Order: sequence, then C-alpha cells, then structure tokens
Amino acid sequence: MTRALQSLDSGQLLLICGAGLVAVAGVAHTSAVGLDRPEIAIGFGALIAVGELARLTMPGNREVAPIGAAAALGYTLLLDLSDNPLRHTALQVVAVIAVGMIAGALPHLAVGRPPRLDAMARRLLTGALLAFAFRPLADPLYQLTRQDPPTWWPALGVMVTLITLTLLIDVLIAALLRAEQVRTAFRVAVRDEINMAFPLGAAVAASGVLLALATHSMDLVALLVFAAPLLVTQVAFRKYAGIRATYLQTVRALSRVTEVGGYVEPGHSRRVSRLAVAVGRELGMAEPELLELEYAALMHDIGQLSLSDPIPGGATVLADPAQARRIAELGAEVIKQTGVLDRVAELVRRQCDQIAEDPPLSSRIIKAANAYDDLVGGSADRDRGGAALERLRLAAGTAYDPDAIEAMTRVVDRLGVHKL
Amino acid sequence: MRDLPWPAKVYLIAVIGAATILIGRSVITSGRLVAPGDLGILLVLALLFLVCESMPTLLNVEQFAVSVSFSAALAAVVLIGPEGAALVGFTAVFSVRPGLPLIKRLFNGAQFAICGYAAGWVYQGLGGVSGVPGVNVFDDLIGPYAAATGVFVPLNIMLTLTMIRLATRVRAMEVPLRGMVQFLLSYLGYGTFGLLVAGLWATVQSISAVLVLLPLFVARWAFGQYHAQQRSYDATIAALCQAVETKDYYTRGHCTRVSLASSMIAQEIGMGLERLRAIRYAGMLHDVGKLGVPTKVLQKEGPLTEEEFAAIQLHPMRGLEIVRGIDFLDEAYAGIMHHHERHDGKGYPMGLAADEIPEFARIIAVADAFDSMTSDRSYRHARSVEVAVDELRKNAGRQFDPVMVAAFARALERDPWQPPRRVEPPPPEATETPIKDHDDPTRPIEVVSGP
Repeated sequence: MTRALQSLDSGQLLLICGAGLVAVAGVAHTSAVGLDRPEIAIGFGALIAVGELARLTMPGNREVAPIGAAAALGYTLLLDLSDNPLRHTALQVVAVIAVGMIAGALPHLAVGRPPRLDAMARRLLTGALLAFAFRPLADPLYQLTRQDPPTWWPALGVMVTLITLTLLIDVLIAALLRAEQVRTAFRVAVRDEINMAFPLGAAVAASGVLLALATHSMDLVALLVFAAPLLVTQVAFRKYAGIRATYLQTVRALSRVTEVGGYVEPGHSRRVSRLAVAVGRELGMAEPELLELEYAALMHDIGQLSLSDPIPGGATVLADPAQARRIAELGAEVIKQTGVLDRVAELVRRQCDQIAEDPPLSSRIIKAANAYDDLVGGSADRDRGGAALERLRLAAGTAYDPDAIEAMTRVVDRLGVHKL
Repeated sequence: MRDLPWPAKVYLIAVIGAATILIGRSVITSGRLVAPGDLGILLVLALLFLVCESMPTLLNVEQFAVSVSFSAALAAVVLIGPEGAALVGFTAVFSVRPGLPLIKRLFNGAQFAICGYAAGWVYQGLGGVSGVPGVNVFDDLIGPYAAATGVFVPLNIMLTLTMIRLATRVRAMEVPLRGMVQFLLSYLGYGTFGLLVAGLWATVQSISAVLVLLPLFVARWAFGQYHAQQRSYDATIAALCQAVETKDYYTRGHCTRVSLASSMIAQEIGMGLERLRAIRYAGMLHDVGKLGVPTKVLQKEGPLTEEEFAAIQLHPMRGLEIVRGIDFLDEAYAGIMHHHERHDGKGYPMGLAADEIPEFARIIAVADAFDSMTSDRSYRHARSVEVAVDELRKNAGRQFDPVMVAAFARALERDPWQPPRRVEPPPPEATETPIKDHDDPTRPIEVVSGP
C-alpha cells in the first residue's frame, strides 16, 4: 500500500484527499439526519455498485465506469418519483455514490485487483460537483414541471447545461493529472482527454438523463431496464478497449522475435520504443501520433528478419549506411504487408534518412533513440548516457534532428536511463 | 425480380399483397389510418425508424447486421396502435440504402407492416391501451408490450429468412444454434428501446427518442471501431508471423495455414467463438520461438547431437516466452507450449501423453504436421492431401490424438484444402536453406547420443 501511495504524484494525492473528505462529510451528514426515501437510494446505490464492478480500462490506461456514472447522474438529477417530489440533499447523493462505489470495488479487491484510487476519486468528485450544483435547483425545477401545462423543457435545459459543465471540468482535471503523470504539455493532454471522453461522455449523459426521467414517469422497477442502452454501449467499449490492448501487447511481444533470433541486444526494441515515446511526448505529440510512433519504434528492426545473418551485436548505428537503409526498407515492406499500418511502415522506411531528406518527425525521433540505445544499451550508467548524447549532438543538424536530441537530453536527465 | 425463382416470386407477391389488403382494410373500416392528432407522433417515429433502418449496426453476433429500427415500430404500437405500427414499418421502403432495388424495398416495407399489425393486435388483445401512456401506468404496459415484441421479432425474422431461402435456394442459414439464440435474445433486448421511447413520450416527447438513441449510436461507433481494430489486428499478426518465416525459404505461409487448419479442426469439434479465435492466434504464433534455433542447426546435414536437438526442443518455450505478454486465453499459451507433445508421451518439452496434453496443443500438432507434409521441402516434394491424411491416420494414437485426426479428416471432406503453391527451388545465391523440418512426421530428426 505504501508503495502504491508513493507512486502517486501530488495532484493525485490532492484529488484523493479531496474525494475522501467529501465522502466522509456526505456519509456523516446522511447518517446523522437519516436517508430520505431509502428504497430509492438503495436502488440507485446498487446500480452504482454494479457499474463499479463492471468498470473497464480504456486505451491509455484510463479507468472508466460508465454504468456507475450514469446511475450517479440519474440519482443526482432525480426530481420526483411518480409525481412525489424528492428532496434528497447533495450530501446524500455523495453518500450514496461513495457507498455504492466502495461496495462495487470490494469484489475487485477480493480477487486481488486493488482499486485505482485516483480514478475512483475523480469519479466521486465529478458526481459530487454536479450534485452540489443541481440539488439546490431540484425543488424549483420540480415546481416548474407542475405548471399547467406541465413543461419539462427548463428542467431539461438546466440538466444538459450542468452536465456539460461538469464533464468539461472533469476533462480538465483528467488532463491536469495526465500532464503531470506522463509529462506531456497541458494543451495536448486536454485534446487527448476530450477525444477520449467525448463519445462515452455523451452516452453516459444521455443515459443519466434517461434514468432520471424514467424514474419520474415510471417506477423504480424500471431502473434496470433503463440501463439497457448503456449496457450495449458498455459491451461495445469493452470489446474495443480489449482489442486495442491486445494489439499493443502483440506488437510489443512480437517485436522481441528479433532479440530471440539474436539480431539485436535483448530489450533493445522495447527500450527504443519507450525512449522514443517519451521524446515524442516531450515534443508535444498527441496520443494517436504517439501510438504510431510506438509501433514504428517497436518494429524498427523487423527488417533484419529478412537478412540471413544477424549483424554482429545488431547495432545498426555502427553498420554501414547502405545496410541500415536496406533493413529499413525491408522492415517497411513487412509492415506494409499488414495493409493497415501504412503510416507506420513509412516511419520505419525513413528511419535512416538524413535531416536534409526531411523525414517525418517520428522517424527522426526513432533514429535518435535507436542510436542512443545502440551506444548505451541496457546500461544505467549516467556517464555513458552523457557521452552518447554528446556524440549524437555532434551530428545534430546533419544526421540527427537537433530538437529531438534536445528533448532526449531532457528526458534522460529527468527520468534517468533506468526508469524509462 | 426477373431472375428470381418462381416460388420466391409467388411469396414476394403474397407478402406485398397481404400488406396492401391489411392497410386497405384499415382505411375502409375506419375511414382513415391514424387520428390527425397522432400525425406528429407518427412522423417522429417514422423518422426514427428510417434513421435506424439506414444504419444497420454490427452488434455482438458477427453474422448479422442488426438494426434497431423495429423498436420504433413497437413504440408506435403503444403510442398509436396497429395501424401506426404498420405505417411506421412501411417507411422501410424509403430507407437510405443506395443500390437497394425497389422490389426489395417494397418487400421490406410490406413485411414490416405485417409484423406491425400482428404486434399491434397482440398488444391490444392482451389489454394494452394504445395512446400516449400517462404517469404510473408503466406496470400495465410491460406484459402486453413484451408479448408484442415476442410476436414481432420472430415473425420478422421468419418472413425475411423465408425470402432469402426461396431467393437463393440455399439451405436454411447455417448458423450455429447458440449464435441463433444469442441473436434472438439480443433482438428481444433491443425491443425494450421501443418501450423506453413510448414510456417517456408523455414527459419529453420526441426528446425521448434522442435520449435512447444517443447511447446506441455511440455503441454503434464503438462497435465499428472494434471491428476495424480487429481486422487490422488480424492482418498485423499474420504479417508479423510471416516476417518471422521469411528467412526459411520453404516454410513461408506455414503459420497462416496452420492457423486455418487448427480453426477447421476446432470448429469441427464444436468450439465456441471465443476459443475459436484464441486457437486461430495460437496456430498463427505456434512457431515464433523457432528464430531462437540457430540457423546452423537447421542446416546441418545428418544426425544432430543431443545439444543441437535440445536447441530445437526449446523452441516452444521460446515462443511462449515471447507471447506471454499478450492477454490471450490461457489455452492459447498451452497450445503454443505443448504443440510438439506426442500422444504416446514421447514428445517435448514436457513429455505429456494423451489427455494430459492440452486440447489446443493436440489440435495444433495435427494441423502443423499436415501442413508440413503438404508443403514442398528442400529434400522432397509436397505430398498430396490424401497421402498426408493417411499418414496422420497411421500415426493417430502414437503421435496424434485420434479424435483430432478424425475431426480434421471430416473437416477436409467438407472444405477442400488449398495446398500452398509449388515452391520453385531457391535461387543459387540463397544456399542457406534449412534442410531439417522439425514438423515433418515422416522424417523425424535423427539424434546421435553420446558425447
């Protein structure tokens, strides 16, 4: 546990503490004044727990719990149950969300999957934020719906506006954390998070409103039925996230065949890809580009498989340029065979280009990272790293991209070679 | 139309005729189809139906493109009544699917209209009231609505399947029963969306449709992404495995063919979809560890020393080491690790026998040996499929699991095997072709023991 805590950075700790405080306040207040309409609280709490149980990890190691989020949203937005107004407070909403989430996280804990505290804290805080904004308005909005003729438009408008605002704040928090965690520029992180959050956010928001309205016109019994559209969405995203993860794992795994075949040093592909991704991030590349960069870096030596004899030591920086170029061409040929990774193939093909030939940025990064690893290898010796960087810097502007070398210097300085 | 067989033509005309008569009868008996007050609802639902109908969604069962349009027709059953449902269904004629001939559109519209009528009658017959439901009547809706769905969906599938069967003269679609059941259940599940739209109509009218549809469209998008990634993944894994083989002139394409043969056997013995996918990948990846075997061992003429043979025996473990980071079913790992075990326990790396050998490994072993025998090698030409199967049968019980050999023989009778193209002898400059094939059961690797 202490190790888990140490791996969190300050932003995450702040977030977790905040969420903890809010949760304690909610539970304490609710247990002091008692639950308003306990059966509804339990119904929604159970759905939140189910959602937490069925949480999934999206690409980029982002944990989400769409069903739980929609249920929390639904409970927050609830105005009445079959024409009986509901007056549960924001603190009660927080308590229900917190208890539901903990209940849903327990089975995960029981089978040895510890909770991602930061992700849970973010989900709780987002829910709490909306609750504090919306619950005070619940009664006036309910009165509006009772007018003659009854109109739900103002309520709907307020709901949509507040949800949008909350989602935006959530995205900003996520981007802040991510920027700190993986050392990327804040604006790049915001763009990545928005791209990631938008589709699922829209589905969750619609389902949340649907849940609230459904409970108004029907009954609590319908609660499970009304999670149906979201269930389909959840299945779809789980499959998508699954194949994305398997894809990356497979390319990572198969990039090792060059090592097993003795073409390159053990761990070379993986180290080059890590360094390349870190440098790409430092240079402000967004996630889709980074993924392509990672694939290309992992497979940059795959062309060697077409050679009958391994180059001694596999150090392509020391091989003669014509040979290196041929390996790059052969590798690009292999990757092109997939029919879908054409851009990755192009990056691999141009990994030996001189700066004068104007290769893509990702190819320049791979070239620099590859040369660095050829010189340093798996060694964590700082002097050796410094000497390698010095040597690369001599060829900056001709063989290597000066920006990439600069960014690499910063990355190596900051993380130390071994922590890459 | 002209190239349809005559039973299909009769059926087509019968369906369209029946729909016309039903709609005509409604017009005559009540003077109009829907009350003027319901026109707005009808319009929105028809629009909803068209939007869904024009975007069929690939959902969990891969053989089918499901469109959730029928839930709009079912919502019309509740909100307007049988006539409304029929009219909403009939708008299928106008769905935006370029290239769909008019006759198919007419048939689609007609069969949806018939289903709409049938569902509507069942709904009303069971005491369901047509009209915008008020607050608190939800409980009375559920029973009749479920019955209406239970009529609409099977009727819809039956009408369509009959048409396909008559038109293409194929046997009833060859879909495994489990897939069919899953399909029916998910179809019935999607029926609830109609209930949602109807139930919320009193509160937020047409917005209810948007709220229900939004998550579905997001799901559709995610499924689309999933399928794209899946295809891309399959292509990538095949290309990378082939790259591993490029060095060996004679074994090119081996991995894809083993993958195919393994999945044929697996299908024959009735494996589920998930395991089928896993064994496809396991077959593809079974030899990735082979690169760890030094080229000079594979090129050595004559018997191998024990050490050299040990290097060959290590390759399944090397393969496992490489793929261990991939989240497959555990069975796929076992298949890769044990694909050189023998039924009599004399295989490697662990010397497991008979039932101790994991099922995946027993399948891959058969597929692996078969492809080796039916491909050219530097020391012999490819054998014919018949000879190879005979050889498998001869070794069944010794090297191979008889069950898998029998299953493979059955599968081969149904789907003829496409042997690899004849390999021209390699160009003289590529002299380093391995002359040993560790997969070839007709030519076991000789080992000399001793120092």
